[in-house]
Order: sequence, then structure tokens, then C-alpha cells
Amino acid sequence: MKNTYLPTPMRIERVVVETEDKNIKTFSLSFLRKEDEADFKYVPGQFAELSLLGKGEAPFGMASSPMQTGRLEFTVNKIGLVTTELHSMEPGETVGIRGPLGNGYPVEALEGKDIVVIGGGFGFSTLRALTNFMLDQQNRCNFGDITVIYGARNPGLLLYKEELSEWGKRDDLQLYLTVDKGDEDWKGRVGFVPVIAKEAAPRADNAYALVCGPPIMIKFTLPVVQELGFSPEKILLSLEMRMKCGLGKCGRCNIGNKYVCRDGPVFTLAQLNRLPQEY
Amino acid sequence: MSQDMGYSMNAKVIKKEDIADFLDTLLKEYEVFAPVKRDRLVVFDQIHSGREAFLTFTATVNSPKEILLPQSETLFTYSSTDSAADLEVPSGREKPCLIFGIHPCDVKSIVFLDRIFNEEEYKDVYYLERRKGIVVVSMGCIKPRSTCFCTSLGGGPFSTEGSDLQLVDIGDECVVQVLSDKGEKLLGKARLEDAGEDRLSMTRKVAEDAEAYMAPKLNIDGLKEKLDKMFDDPVWDVLTEKCISCGVCTYLCPTCYCFDIVDEAGISGGERLRLWDSCQFPLFTLQASGENPRPTSKERYRQRIMHKFSYLIDNCGQIGCVGCGRCVTECPVNLDIRQVLTAISNR
Repeated sequence: MKNTYLPTPMRIERVVVETEDKNIKTFSLSFLRKEDEADFKYVPGQFAELSLLGKGEAPFGMASSPMQTGRLEFTVNKIGLVTTELHSMEPGETVGIRGPLGNGYPVEALEGKDIVVIGGGFGFSTLRALTNFMLDQQNRCNFGDITVIYGARNPGLLLYKEELSEWGKRDDLQLYLTVDKGDEDWKGRVGFVPVIAKEAAPRADNAYALVCGPPIMIKFTLPVVQELGFSPEKILLSLEMRMKCGLGKCGRCNIGNKYVCRDGPVFTLAQLNRLPQEY
Repeated sequence: MSQDMGYSMNAKVIKKEDIADFLDTLLKEYEVFAPVKRDRLVVFDQIHSGREAFLTFTATVNSPKEILLPQSETLFTYSSTDSAADLEVPSGREKPCLIFGIHPCDVKSIVFLDRIFNEEEYKDVYYLERRKGIVVVSMGCIKPRSTCFCTSLGGGPFSTEGSDLQLVDIGDECVVQVLSDKGEKLLGKARLEDAGEDRLSMTRKVAEDAEAYMAPKLNIDGLKEKLDKMFDDPVWDVLTEKCISCGVCTYLCPTCYCFDIVDEAGISGGERLRLWDSCQFPLFTLQASGENPRPTSKERYRQRIMHKFSYLIDNCGQIGCVGCGRCVTECPVNLDIRQVLTAISNR
């Protein structure tokens, strides 16, 4: 019987400072034991508990595409005990992970569809994983048009800048970057994500919209997406909750009878509409 | 009449004065947990001599859930905080475990916990290691308290579900009902006499008296259907007004199983612990961002009721309450779950 509480040791290979305020970093991890790597099969949108012995655990979505083998990436905001410790760590040091956990994005249902990705701020990490998954050479032909709408409060807070500029050059992806407030160097769009989503107006027939971001962005984006013609069954959201076990037992993350860690974190808006408003 | 009381074919008798010696023989083979007196309280604890067991209690203050789900348990230890360090999982019990003198409501809570920690998709190795080979010797509840309501929730003071043996106090002797092969085996060496018809009719009388002594059953038909429609009902504001979120209900509850996972470490090593936690505490669901989906006692108490009487039925096919009444007895503000359930059913 597998002990699901034992973390798997991982080596930090690379640390990228994502934001100007240096509070968000992306950690690239490799498996210390080959057999663990074979066991860790995941889909975009799933998450893992990052573990630091002596500090504890905290849940993060995998920011990397599962098509990229040998490495897992986690984008981490420095905000609590575990994340502050993690931010002080360097390549060569070891962390643990427990996972993969949760359901992830329904990749098979998304195949053959146009995909509209709408992300805000720090909530973009698993959408980035999904986008890279779809853009993978082997997979790109399985998806229709891909539109990515991504915004942050200011240019310094946009994640994955190099990758975004690569995406901007592609002709098989429509990229809309926006910031709430620009600066002298910012030449791009200025405006809130829902406004930009409305302007971009991706076609809703035969399409899925995937939305992840801060609550205020979600609140104003959902009506826009529905106005564009996306039905609640075709709108996917990835939720966050306080979690400990990640296995549906510790009792924190349920919304009604659904556990965000086990039944989610990805839900359709139709599913969420059937649950109590307790998130 | 008690619903599943079948004191007939296989019942023995033991003199009360012989119980301590019987326990002493069992102690050679088992780690034995039983009700014991600590100061003026009766609590469940491990015993090391048969004389420690105190069987003429009404209810133990704590529930026996900590035998299977310790308030603090080590998931693993490490000798260095380097995550590449070897993790050591503590070994299980040295001897198999025997729970003696447990009341039927508490036995029912073990049956409940089994379904939580031994699911198809979730096998809790720590729980299952503790649960393995456990023998349950229950004690018919001859004097239910005024706060007891097991019969309202499908249980009963003489329910035998989950027990290997059940003792019934009939005065100077106890009738021992044999309920499983494990129970049969346990009695093997004791060479007890058959109970005989006279004693069996006494046990029936004792059981009938106990049920008659209980408060009337709650009228909670259709509770789940009501709950499913009233998440936003204003009645929650009224029902939860006096709750101070102390969490005592969850700590004493034999079916509450929410937990926290924390690390405790020194300079070189430490351990990762699983600790009881409570959905009644404000920090329980507080996120690092500052968001809290259950910010006041209203949301938290509602969660407790909803979880026990609705969500668990959806997810696990069972309710999370055995009617032991501990939360009623010990609540510092007299928030009585029976009144809450009745109020909901009357909506």
C-alpha cells in the first residue's frame, strides 16, 4: 500500500525571478530518483504539495507542460512560511513534492475545439502549462484556434516574459497581453482583463474558455465570456482553497460536497453554479 | 425493543469480579484500551492492569477515536531538514489492539471512520495499520444520558454493529454476546458458562429499560433534503448566534476527523505530524492571500452540520453523527445539536 504522505525528493535545477518585485519565482525541479519520475504522470491543471522538511507543505499547480519531461516547474509567490523558505533556496538544494493531485484540465474534451485562455496575475501558471501543452509539436494539430488573454496589474508583474514574447511571434496563437496600469516602457494594451476579453471577442461556437485569476477578475470576466456565447458547460475555472492533505480528507477545501483538491481544482461554471457560494 | 438485539444462541456469562482477571489474560496478547477513572472524569485510555478498567460509567468524556486517530501522530521523522534525507515512518503497535467496554455509539463511530480512511481511492496507511486486527468488546449502554440521541440516528444503546463481543451488565454478572469469530476466539480460554434463558431474559429487560429511559426520538425525517435547499437560509444566523467557535464539539466528537499537517523541527531533524484540527476555528480555511471562505461562526457551524448530515451522505453514504451527545454535554454555550437539527427539519 502506497503511503501518500511521503514526499518525493527533487533537486532545484533552476530558479527564475519572474517579477520586478522579486516576490514571484519559478522553480525548475528534477527527480532525484528515476523511478519517481516514471510514477509522476500528470495533466496540465493538476497540482502538487511542495514540501520543505522543517517548514511544512503548500500546494502549487504545475506550471510546466507534461510534454516537457524530466523537469517540473512551480511558480511560487513569496507569501508564507514555506514559500519564504523556498525563495531563499538555490539550485542544487533539495525539496520534496507530493502529487500529482487534483483532476487537471479535461484535455481530451478540449481536443478539436478552439481554446480561449484568460488569465490574470499569478493565476496564470497552470494556464501557461496548458498553453505549452497545446503548443507542443505533437499536440498542436489536436486543437483549433488558440487565443490567450493575459493581464497583470503592471508590466513588472507579468510572468514568463520571454515565453510570452515567443508566443507573440507565433502565427498559430493569438496573444492579448494587458496591464491595469502601464509605465514609460510599456507599449502594449492597458485595460482590465474582462474589457480586453470583450474586445478580443473570440468565437464561442465549438470553443472552450478557461479562466483563472484573482476573484475580482473572475467576477467581471464571467459575464463577458457568457455574453460572447460560451455556455457554463464550456467555461472552465481553476480554483484555489486552503489545503493540507490534497486528498479530500483534511476538511478545508470543500465547496458544498465537492473537494477542490480531489474533485477539482478545475470545475466547469455549470458545476460551480450548482454548488453553494462559499469560495 | 432494541432493533438488532439477538441475545440468544451464543451468549455466555462472566462474573463482574472475574472481568479484571480476564483482562489481565488479554493484556498478555493485546494492547488494551478501556474506560478508566482519572480524577473525577472517566476517559478512554490504555490500561496495563485489568483493575484499571472502570465499567460502570455512563459516557467517557473523550471519544475512543484517538485509538485509531491520535490527536497528534508522527507521519515520519527525519534526521536532517535536507529534503534528500531519509524519511522514517514510525512502526505500528507491538501487539494487536483490543478496545474493551466501549459503548455502541462509539463502536458505530469506528465503523464510520473505517469508511472514511479505507476508501477505494484513499487508503490511509496510518489508520489502517492501527485498525488492523483490532478487537472490539462493547458494553451495552444500560443508562443512557439525557443528552444521548443514538436511536434518532439509526443506532441504539445495545446495537451490536461493529462489535466482536458485547457485554450486558445484569447485576453481579455480565452476559457476553458472541458476535464474531474473533469474539469467539477471544473467549476461547476463558471457559465461560452459557448464559441460560433466565439471564437472557434479564438482558432483554435491561435493554428495554435503557431504551425507555432515553429522551424521545428527534423528529428529523427528510433532514438532508431540507439541508440541501437551505444553504442560504437566514435561520443559520439565528442558530449559530451563540457559537463561540471554541471547537470543543469537534474535539470530543467521535466522528470528526479533520486534521492539520505540520512540521516540528529542531536544528538537525524533526518530524511531520498529523494533528486534530477543527472546522470551527477561524484560521482553518484562511488562505495566505487573506481570503477566507468561512470567516464567521455562521459559515463554520453551517459547514459542520452540512458536512455531517448532507455532504457525507453524498460522498460516503453515511451521516457523520452517532448521537453520543458529547457535543451537547460539553458545549460551553449550550448550543444543542438536537435543537439545531429539529429547527432545520421544521423549516
